[in-house]
Amino acid sequence: MEALFDNREAILAGFWATIRLAAMSALLSLVLGTLLAALRVAPVPVLRWSGTVYVNVLRNTPLTLVLLFCSLGISNTLQLNFDVYDPSFNGYWLAIVGLTAYTATFVCETLRSGINTVPLGQAEAARAIGLTFFQSMRLVILPQAFRAVITPLGSVLIALTKNTTVVIVAGYAEAAFVMKEMLYESTGGTLEIFLGFALGFVVLTLPIGFLTGRLARRLEVKR
Amino acid sequence: MRRIVMALAALALGASTLAACGGDDSASDLATRAKESKKIKVGIKFDQTALGVKKPDGTVEGFDVDVAKYVAGKLGVPESGIEWIETISANREPFIQQGQVDMVVATYSILPERKEKVTFAGPYIVAHQDIMVRGDDASITKVEDLKDKRICQASGSNSYKRITDPPPNGRDIPAKLVPAGSYSECIAKLSGNTLDAVTTDDLILAGFASQGGDFKILGTPFTDEKYGIGIKKGDVATCEAINTALSEMYSDGTATQLLQKWFGTAKGLQLPTAVPPAEGCS
Amino acid sequence: MSAGVLFDAPGPRARLRHNVLTLVGVVGLLLIGWFVWRRMSQAGQWDADLWTPFLDPQVWTGLILPGLWGTLTAAAVAAVLALAFGVVFGLGRLSDHAWLRLPSAWIVEFFRAVPVLIMIFFAQYGTFALIGEVLPAFWAVVIGLTLYNGSVLAEVFRSGVLAVPRGQSEAAYALGLRKGEVMRLVLLPQAVTAMLPAIVSQMVVLLKDTALGYIISYEDLLNAGFRTVPANFGNIIPAAIVVALIYIVINLALGWFATRLEARSRRSRKSTAAPVTAPPPPGA
Repeated sequence: MEALFDNREAILAGFWATIRLAAMSALLSLVLGTLLAALRVAPVPVLRWSGTVYVNVLRNTPLTLVLLFCSLGISNTLQLNFDVYDPSFNGYWLAIVGLTAYTATFVCETLRSGINTVPLGQAEAARAIGLTFFQSMRLVILPQAFRAVITPLGSVLIALTKNTTVVIVAGYAEAAFVMKEMLYESTGGTLEIFLGFALGFVVLTLPIGFLTGRLARRLEVKR
Repeated sequence: MRRIVMALAALALGASTLAACGGDDSASDLATRAKESKKIKVGIKFDQTALGVKKPDGTVEGFDVDVAKYVAGKLGVPESGIEWIETISANREPFIQQGQVDMVVATYSILPERKEKVTFAGPYIVAHQDIMVRGDDASITKVEDLKDKRICQASGSNSYKRITDPPPNGRDIPAKLVPAGSYSECIAKLSGNTLDAVTTDDLILAGFASQGGDFKILGTPFTDEKYGIGIKKGDVATCEAINTALSEMYSDGTATQLLQKWFGTAKGLQLPTAVPPAEGCS
Repeated sequence: MSAGVLFDAPGPRARLRHNVLTLVGVVGLLLIGWFVWRRMSQAGQWDADLWTPFLDPQVWTGLILPGLWGTLTAAAVAAVLALAFGVVFGLGRLSDHAWLRLPSAWIVEFFRAVPVLIMIFFAQYGTFALIGEVLPAFWAVVIGLTLYNGSVLAEVFRSGVLAVPRGQSEAAYALGLRKGEVMRLVLLPQAVTAMLPAIVSQMVVLLKDTALGYIISYEDLLNAGFRTVPANFGNIIPAAIVVALIYIVINLALGWFATRLEARSRRSRKSTAAPVTAPPPPGA
């Protein structure tokens, strides 16, 4: 336990960074993912295609590569930065961009499969009573779709939390970065370090699964 | 938890037995073995521009490579008898200890803690930690100027600590660290203006500078990095044979020629002409 | 429900609106493309000598294809081991014996909750500290991928077996088959059909995750793109783009294969079990 105790400040800072990354990207990827799902069912072909291409490209690129593109591509080559003179701030937001861009595709696909679970009659009935596209989406389809995908969305969020470790390649220090430094420099306590960090992630991810599981059961659409 | 630990250990053990590829422990020393078999396994870097690079055609090139070829030649091994194996910073000691390589010539600084695990011949050159900045950046001319500047923190490298750590390790200069996966990434970020300075051994910096791009090395060396040739712990006979070869390399002019070949074009780099004093074999 | 039924057939105003949106979309995409193109050329990334190396067959045969080979071998070995891991612990979790069921459940839930990268780090550094042998990066990657994907597959196997209707096993027991025979002759053959698509999509995940090997310097495709090729030509961005394209093509092909399999098993009458999708997260 010594290795963990001696470095407790660095470890806690690492996990705090992980939490901040996961929370912000979760929020943003839910928003972007919903937008993407809307694009993919839009009546305008150009919008539908751009949504499809985006999702297929991002989903099939390894996250490691997506994040490397954020630091070397967006920041360096395209010269788009949040604050180039504050590396830690800049790194945080670039990592968020990468995580969000990647995770949103999974949110989008999950939502789309949720829309597919809503029976045809619901949409037809909504149109029959004169609701517009946006009204029928907002009032009839999406509420049912969201409830059907709470559990899979929970999986996406858990995957996101674990994926924050890959941010190590985008130039922002979080829990996995701290662990690597500790393993690289330490002479012992390897097993404790591993179990300590693994436990940290179990503690972070279990509540997500637990909460989404409960929520899904409470909000289940009875058919 | 116990079960998980045991399962893990069992898995790791199984995998490593699978992976262990017979490091044969010969009784005789490396120099004798190499002379007899005309074969040697050399660990180098594959991605260190101008020091050790794997080329598309499968061959390797660089200063470390040429030094290794020279030394191997003096040990009686022709170029065709050298097997090149990639070693990265994290696995150099274990590879030597387990006999996966016979010697390591891979920007391998001689350090007391490493000497406990391997024997070092050489050094064959003394590199110095230095600073590289963009060619048009006049605001950094010495180490102290790095205060509040953005410097690169390459994964697996401790060079940045010589700047930011408190003495005696470093200079306690509050620079902003920008993490990066490798020095190649550091250089890309330097040219993209997302960081201001890259600090590591001048030879490594010179290698990158020789690839093009507008960079300058400050020429303010602030450490000595003695690059040695790592061999199995306690093989004193081979160590002495290598040391002889290294001093010949300098006396017959090969060293100067090689240094010119690989680092001659870098701005601000001072190249040595005489063999660095040997550390002594132990 | 297909997208079509969400909308009425567009009237004149809707058609106009759609045309405007099309125009906005096209202009927006062109603007983004133009911006990226301009910034790339300002950074000198379109310089011919950064791209010509990719016309040289030796760059492919000597650097990129060996990297691809590294990726594929790691993925293949990890896939086989993960399947074995999944069968053992997935069936272990279905066992009637608590001493088998509980540890299996613990292991599966633990490894599903821990990031792959953390396991890879441990496999690499940990084994040296524990047994004094350095594990080649290849095995560190394979172990990390096996433990995680194996645990996911264990859940897939379990839900595949559970997806076979109860009547099937009850009928089999009624015929006098033993526990092992019911599993082997009745449940597993039907479960495999049902879970094949889920297995293939997990393989896509596994293949993508081999890219984590880059972080510990395993010589995979990503490493070829980000270390060896740039070390020769100093073209990190072009190399990254080429490598990304290779990944995308391979994964699209695998994903397409998974979709086809799923469509086939949906139509198939060989199994009474409904196709299995991704298992719910731990704790749910």
